[in-house]
Amino acid sequence: MKHSGRFGDYGGFYVPEVLMPVLEELEEAFYRFYEDEKFTAELAHLSKYYAGRPSPLYHAKRFSEHVGFNVYLKREDLLHGGAHKVNNTLGQGLLAKYMGKTKLIAETGAGQHGLATAMIGALFGMETKIFMGVTDIERQSVNVHKMKLCGAEVVPIEGGTGTLKDAINDALRYWTAHVTDTFYLFGSACGPHPYPTIVKHFQGCIGKETRQQCLDQIGRLPDVVVACVGGGSNAIGMFSGFLDDEDVKLVGVEAGGRSLSSGQHAATLVAGRVGILHGAKAYLLQDKEGQVRETESVSAGLDYPAVGPEHCMLKDTGRVEYVAAQDDEALDAFELLTKTEGILPALESSHALAYLMGQKGKLNREQTAVANLSGRGDKDVSIVEEHRPLEQ
Amino acid sequence: MRTYSQVFSELAKVKRTALIPFFVIGDPDFDTSLELVKTAIDAGADILELGIPFSDPIADGPTIQKADIRSLKSGMSVNMAREFIRQVKSYKDIPIGLLMYYNLVYQYGTEKFFKDFHEAGVNSVLVADLSIDDAEEIISPAASAGLDTVFMVTPVTEPERMKLIASKTTGFIYTVSLLGVTGSREDLSDTVGSLVSNLKELTDVPVCVGFGISKPEHAVTVAQAGADGVIIGSKIVGLIESNLGNKDKCLAEVSSFLTEVKKALEDHAG
Repeated sequence: MKHSGRFGDYGGFYVPEVLMPVLEELEEAFYRFYEDEKFTAELAHLSKYYAGRPSPLYHAKRFSEHVGFNVYLKREDLLHGGAHKVNNTLGQGLLAKYMGKTKLIAETGAGQHGLATAMIGALFGMETKIFMGVTDIERQSVNVHKMKLCGAEVVPIEGGTGTLKDAINDALRYWTAHVTDTFYLFGSACGPHPYPTIVKHFQGCIGKETRQQCLDQIGRLPDVVVACVGGGSNAIGMFSGFLDDEDVKLVGVEAGGRSLSSGQHAATLVAGRVGILHGAKAYLLQDKEGQVRETESVSAGLDYPAVGPEHCMLKDTGRVEYVAAQDDEALDAFELLTKTEGILPALESSHALAYLMGQKGKLNREQTAVANLSGRGDKDVSIVEEHRPLEQ
Repeated sequence: MRTYSQVFSELAKVKRTALIPFFVIGDPDFDTSLELVKTAIDAGADILELGIPFSDPIADGPTIQKADIRSLKSGMSVNMAREFIRQVKSYKDIPIGLLMYYNLVYQYGTEKFFKDFHEAGVNSVLVADLSIDDAEEIISPAASAGLDTVFMVTPVTEPERMKLIASKTTGFIYTVSLLGVTGSREDLSDTVGSLVSNLKELTDVPVCVGFGISKPEHAVTVAQAGADGVIIGSKIVGLIESNLGNKDKCLAEVSSFLTEVKKALEDHAG
């Protein structure tokens, strides 16, 4: 490896020896192409005409009235596929194409990354396999169907709890046996180096655009920027645009599940301890001896026991504040945004909105917060219905 | 305490390849697992490769993953694994290599882990998710605890990297005979021969071959390739899985399989 892949002491590449050559190949290719003129031009073209970038920054006035301060939403939910995931799958998919790989594999939790990979597989004519836990397949059946319509094979994973962690385990296993022709399109800003760096790079457009849009539309930078954190890809993409703006408070919101005290949550940075999983040193939800704990969240995309290494460093340095929002708070936020703005947020993004609802009375009318609306909530309608049945 | 070099130099004299069975400690439970390991020793194991179960074994296939889950469900812990090793060593002084994942070592405290497990009777610790690039994190704690080092070489390891790996290995090189995770296969990859001979040209460190070995003929192929040891994991763990609830049959099948392999290796040595 040319780079250490470390963020402070976090990250690295804790992988079996057999994966080292392919990670080195990926690192070499990324640094060769990411600033290459032809590559960046092709990616910019696809980002605009295929994915729909730039996404708008929208002043949610009725939601703002409710919380008592100005709330702007970065509308990643309006992108093709319905989430920020396409930024990364276009970038990595193009990288796969430039590397001459013909097959794509990916893990998925909520199905958004799986769908975004399946789309790119169809776009580039690559054979695509999506690894997905059986629990997630059940709660995200619409996305599963869409992936199949795009021509991807969805591989059900029964191991463990049948969630994102188990899907990553099996995707890594499959990759180990098919390293020569297969590109592993990793979905979050975690896993072994160089993935955290690659994913941050391709998601960095969120923060860059948002910063400029704030200057153009508000005339200044926001007071608070908030994003939900599972593995942490949408959050690192958003935060990366503001890390040097010391007056902008950055907040990452993890899945508090039922409650932190119940242990049934996925609040890795808030309640975890440093460990090693899926190729990186990071905060981890684990028992005393280091066995990885089962996580729980109403939102499949946040249901993950580890987190991206850069977030771990940003927590330790204090640059970003990490908090947790419980399932019921996220559901409240889902309902509020839907009722006040007619926008269905993904349950993942609803965690970021829940934080803003909690700031009512703490921020004033002159202040401005930006929330990354990382995905749309159509996929979550049946889960919301289950928890909050409509009155007949 | 018996060392790897004692075993390999004794076997070199009779030109026989070492038989190295693998078990997940505590699969399916502590007592049965201990009986299985004793059975393997009685059937002629030269070295033992033992795994401490982990919740997310990314380098292992479905067979060993299931064994890890069985063991964890039966209540196995890292501390109990240490006790398990003590009991094996009091049955017979046989070299033991641990095969495990880094988080368990890290949480225990790397230096303390090597010290405590060396005291229990372990000769080496192979960390499945630690490549040679990060090996320094364990090399000096292993050396100060008096442990040998064991690292992996795979069919995609470049010669320069092989040299680096060999230079850091004091116990034996664990050669992965095919791409992929652990699991038994019908046919053994034809890369075994060239992989072993490439390594043999580069180093005098003993070379053992694992992954996918499920028949006595596979073991003979590995021996013919010039390997110093043959590691058999998933096949044995699969025998345990298919005989859950029938301990006597399980012990008998593991015993007869290992006896067969041992005989094949002895016949080959002639």
